[in-house]
Amino acid sequence: MSDYDPVEVTPLHADELARAEADALAAISSAADLDELKQVRLAHAGDRSPIALANREIGALPPAARAEAGKRIGAARKAVGEALAVRQTELEAERDARVLVEETVDVTLPWDRAPRGARHPLTTLQERIADCFVAMGYEVAEGPELEAEWFNFDALNIAPDHPARSDHDTFFVESVKSGKVLRTQTSPVQIRALLERPLPVYVISPGKVFRTDELDATHTPVFHQVEGLAIDKGLTMAHLKGTLDRFAEVMFGEGISTRFRPNYFPFTEPSAEMDLRCFVCRGASSVPGNPPCRTCKSEGWIEWGGCGMVNPRVLIACGVDPSVYSGFAFGMGIERTLMFRHNAEDMRDMVEGDIRFTLPFGMEV
Amino acid sequence: MKVPLSWLREYVDLPPVTAHEIADKLTAAGLKLEAIASHGHDLKNVVVGKVIEIEELTGFKKPIRHCLVEVGEAEPREIVCGATNFGIGAVVPVALPGAVLPGGFEIASRKTYGRLSDGMICSEAELGIAESSPGILLLPDDTPLGADVVELLGLRDDVLELEITPDCGYALSIRGVAREAATAFGVPFRDPAALELPVAEGVTHPAEIGDPTACDRFVLRAVSGFDPSAESPLWMRVRLTRAGMRPVSLAVDVTNYVMLELGQPLHAFDRNTIRGGIVVRRALPGERLETLDHVTRDLAEDDILITDDSGAIGLAGTMGGLSTEISGSTTDIVIEAAHFSATGVARMSRRHNLVSEASKRFERGVDRELPLAASWRAVQLLTELGDGVAEPGVTHAQVDVAPVSITIPSGHPARVAGVPYSRETVVTRLEQVGCRVVDGVVEAAEGGRGVAATGVVTSGDLAAKLAVTGDDPITVYPPSWRPDLTDPNDLAEEVIRLEGYDTLPSVLPGAPAGAGLTETQRLRRRVGRALALSGYVEVLSYPFIGGRDLDNLQLPADDDRRRATRLVNPLSEDEPFMRTTLLPGLLKTLVRNVGRGFADVALFETGLVYRPGADAPETAPILTVERRPTGEELALFAAALPEQPVRVAAVLAGEFERSGWWGQGRAATWADAIEAARAVAREAGVTLDVRADRHEPWHPGRCAALYAGDVLVGHAGELHPRVVEAFGLPKRTAAMELELSRLAAPAPAQTPSISAYPVATQDVALIVPAGTPVSSVEAALRDGAGDLLESVRLFDVYAGAQAGEGNKSLAYTLRFRAPDRTLTADEIAAARDAAVELAAARVGARLRGV
Repeated sequence: MSDYDPVEVTPLHADELARAEADALAAISSAADLDELKQVRLAHAGDRSPIALANREIGALPPAARAEAGKRIGAARKAVGEALAVRQTELEAERDARVLVEETVDVTLPWDRAPRGARHPLTTLQERIADCFVAMGYEVAEGPELEAEWFNFDALNIAPDHPARSDHDTFFVESVKSGKVLRTQTSPVQIRALLERPLPVYVISPGKVFRTDELDATHTPVFHQVEGLAIDKGLTMAHLKGTLDRFAEVMFGEGISTRFRPNYFPFTEPSAEMDLRCFVCRGASSVPGNPPCRTCKSEGWIEWGGCGMVNPRVLIACGVDPSVYSGFAFGMGIERTLMFRHNAEDMRDMVEGDIRFTLPFGMEV
Repeated sequence: MKVPLSWLREYVDLPPVTAHEIADKLTAAGLKLEAIASHGHDLKNVVVGKVIEIEELTGFKKPIRHCLVEVGEAEPREIVCGATNFGIGAVVPVALPGAVLPGGFEIASRKTYGRLSDGMICSEAELGIAESSPGILLLPDDTPLGADVVELLGLRDDVLELEITPDCGYALSIRGVAREAATAFGVPFRDPAALELPVAEGVTHPAEIGDPTACDRFVLRAVSGFDPSAESPLWMRVRLTRAGMRPVSLAVDVTNYVMLELGQPLHAFDRNTIRGGIVVRRALPGERLETLDHVTRDLAEDDILITDDSGAIGLAGTMGGLSTEISGSTTDIVIEAAHFSATGVARMSRRHNLVSEASKRFERGVDRELPLAASWRAVQLLTELGDGVAEPGVTHAQVDVAPVSITIPSGHPARVAGVPYSRETVVTRLEQVGCRVVDGVVEAAEGGRGVAATGVVTSGDLAAKLAVTGDDPITVYPPSWRPDLTDPNDLAEEVIRLEGYDTLPSVLPGAPAGAGLTETQRLRRRVGRALALSGYVEVLSYPFIGGRDLDNLQLPADDDRRRATRLVNPLSEDEPFMRTTLLPGLLKTLVRNVGRGFADVALFETGLVYRPGADAPETAPILTVERRPTGEELALFAAALPEQPVRVAAVLAGEFERSGWWGQGRAATWADAIEAARAVAREAGVTLDVRADRHEPWHPGRCAALYAGDVLVGHAGELHPRVVEAFGLPKRTAAMELELSRLAAPAPAQTPSISAYPVATQDVALIVPAGTPVSSVEAALRDGAGDLLESVRLFDVYAGAQAGEGNKSLAYTLRFRAPDRTLTADEIAAARDAAVELAAARVGARLRGV
């Protein structure tokens, strides 16, 4: 077939072409799968298919015959091409319906191959609190955990005979006269901040503190506090209230505020105990007749921490002139905050390192 | 402080509000409510009865009596009773059927011991008056029969339990609480201490103050002819009990009653046991005293004593001595009312581990002007209730004390609060506290600057630094019952407190722009996140360790980590040291988790370790607080404190990748531990240099020393089998520990240039001696390949026969790429050959199959 004279080629005849087209269409429709269709495509639409060969001969025709032959061949090629596309689509759909169904897996199978970790909620809670204050312009201040007594007590206006300075409350290091203790509060960081930083000072200092309590559901000898200190010109107790109200709102939601009650701390004067409006019942449970609230024990308020205006005696010990500068300080327990914010009922769980306690907290608290 | 409201209402006309409303006002003033105890509200149907017939029933294990009791009804009632302390004619409380006793205990008519019992004859305990009582409560014979016992005895009462802060000694009395309540409700206060005192004739008993720093007022009054068998009246016993004190005897109960009412601790001596004149002085070396609690105490030279010719007869303001105690036959009583040094009593109480109601009050400050009145009140009660005669004399020894004064601008409280207060408000509030306020500046008297809460007399220098100057000065003289008011801010607090903390506005200060977290702080957070995302769970273990932990880590005797700070008072003698490594806490936590059924555990901790310097000074100084420490002084602190670097450590055991339906998992190994360290270092922008090492507690053949450049930053690997055994760990537990403080916060990462030209990949297999560390082979390949090298990846390690005896084969993929062109085959081959050549030169590598 390859070497006969193009001048005499037969496919140019209409009936020949129609037969080739019919053969092609029949083969296409009888192709049973995509592989067969691929063969059919080669045989009937490939370079050496009768229609392709006929097409190639058009150039050899007399000019007068070319247009007519071209038209007929073009129509045949189009018909075959369209049939192929249609059949291709049909067969692909058939294949998809069959093969991909055969490849079905159980997507409900577990895939817990990689170990899962988490950060301790006491760590992430300290970070969240620090972030609230960093957003207000504070910086995070740090200090040693094994601290000089002068920083932990004396500079904070805590008398040499104060009960907190006995070995019933404080861990002494090396000897009771060494002047060194495990810090009992984060407040010594206030002193360090005032000694080290230029005024004004706005710092927040989360950290680990120590008291000689036995571990039980509500006490642990090693716990965490966060302490805030602001020393500037013209700071007032109203500023303290504003700061803690803002903090309460950021941590516990819009409309949650704080309440102050008079109290006594050696390092602040005036001093206040700070209560948080219950963020669960919003105080409703304290009204007789309303349902009780577990979080605030139906008191409407949650004891959160202590605060006050920094005692001028503390400023003097740090070389800050109280007639020029004033400021406030506040502090609260992280464990306690975790307890009421996350319904943690037993402090021992926070201490023991059981992975079941920590895992649910993930990366943020 | 437990405050029965009936007592409080004697001295302040409180409006008819609930106990909770009173408590709320007191809480807002700083006397915080702890609890409210209600008494007698559920008590009903208890009446006065008279026993008219008693029949002793026999045949029971204990005495049982069947009584007829007249209760003001037509017929007497039959009542079975087990008590025997009454006879015919006794007037007693009777709970009738339908009565409800404390605790909801309902009385009904019933058959018992074969008889009808139509009620119950009650004891004090059954009426909720006392905690226990030996028998039936006997009422005076003239008590009207049938009267309501609750009304008659005033048993219905509410008791507020208030938390009193250490600066508020005055509030440890009905007098002090009543004053606060009167101010809070704006109603008049009647001072129970405002007594008319008789003109004294002579001295009760010779006494003198031997040490003016120990005591500045000492008063004695006496009662003679006291009836030692006289009992405290029921009302007094009820009040004492409800205020939390146990009734003892009339003489003791009276001293306690007056103390609760006025706040003045009193002591009663049996006059006939005192030998000669009394002197208040400090203890002498070797002195001893047997106190009322039958403990013989060795006295310290700082102790404040009441003494007579025989020596010590009392620890001043803390506890009396046994030898002069009031006994069951005492007829002549001496009452002592004094004002002792607050810090002196505090120290003594702590030294002897002896906290009494008296010491609690003296420690917090007692009104110096009370002793004369309080002792008189006690004498009055003793003579009224115990048939005694008040002696006409009084002993009054005292030391002159300058009045404390504080000058402030009248605007000072407003400036502290951030709220405008009128001058009138300030003065009124201070006067309500009891202060005397005068206009203008009045120089404080010598010694008139008070004793601060610290117990230290405020020096002139400090007072000058504390002084607040400004317009419209007022000079304030705090009342004798408020020794806590010494500084300008103390006065500000009083004004703000009484105006109400709830009236403070909420104003956010404009803090200056901060710099955010430091690089070190951000690094610490990233490290935590990186390890958690790698599968580690964070723990916060206690930083206490024991010598045994260090032994279990197999640390050699001279290991640095054995030089640990010791606690004087550790929680447990087994763990007296501060940790020098994070590993013991982590390993014990791992064991705990395994013990709870979690075999596959990976944990980490970030925290301080405490590394005392070899020649650190033993003591840190206690400096003055009247000025800023000097630079040299601050250096002394730094030198005395141990170094406290931040470390991070991780431990893991079991499967690190879990087994499952997909097949076998992968056990945790030394390599995971090192990878955890790498993950930490990556966060600091550091690629760790890993070198084989031998370092306890790691397996000597599976231990890596980790370097950041030339700085050793930690170790990682598998633990030594002996360590595994000593801690009871799962086999092949692995661990890493890094000193985070030695990883500098990273410099900002530099953007790499990204070449779009094609990569050329070359695989090389090198034969090297088996002991050659892979890291040095890779380093040689990198150095040799030069700048065109994009990456090196080890994809196979083979140590079989084909590598040759004592050798191993390492197969690497080298990827080359140029930033500006497609590499030619010649360039690629040249770079590869250079890499192999350098490996050959450095570690004796040769191409496999060549």
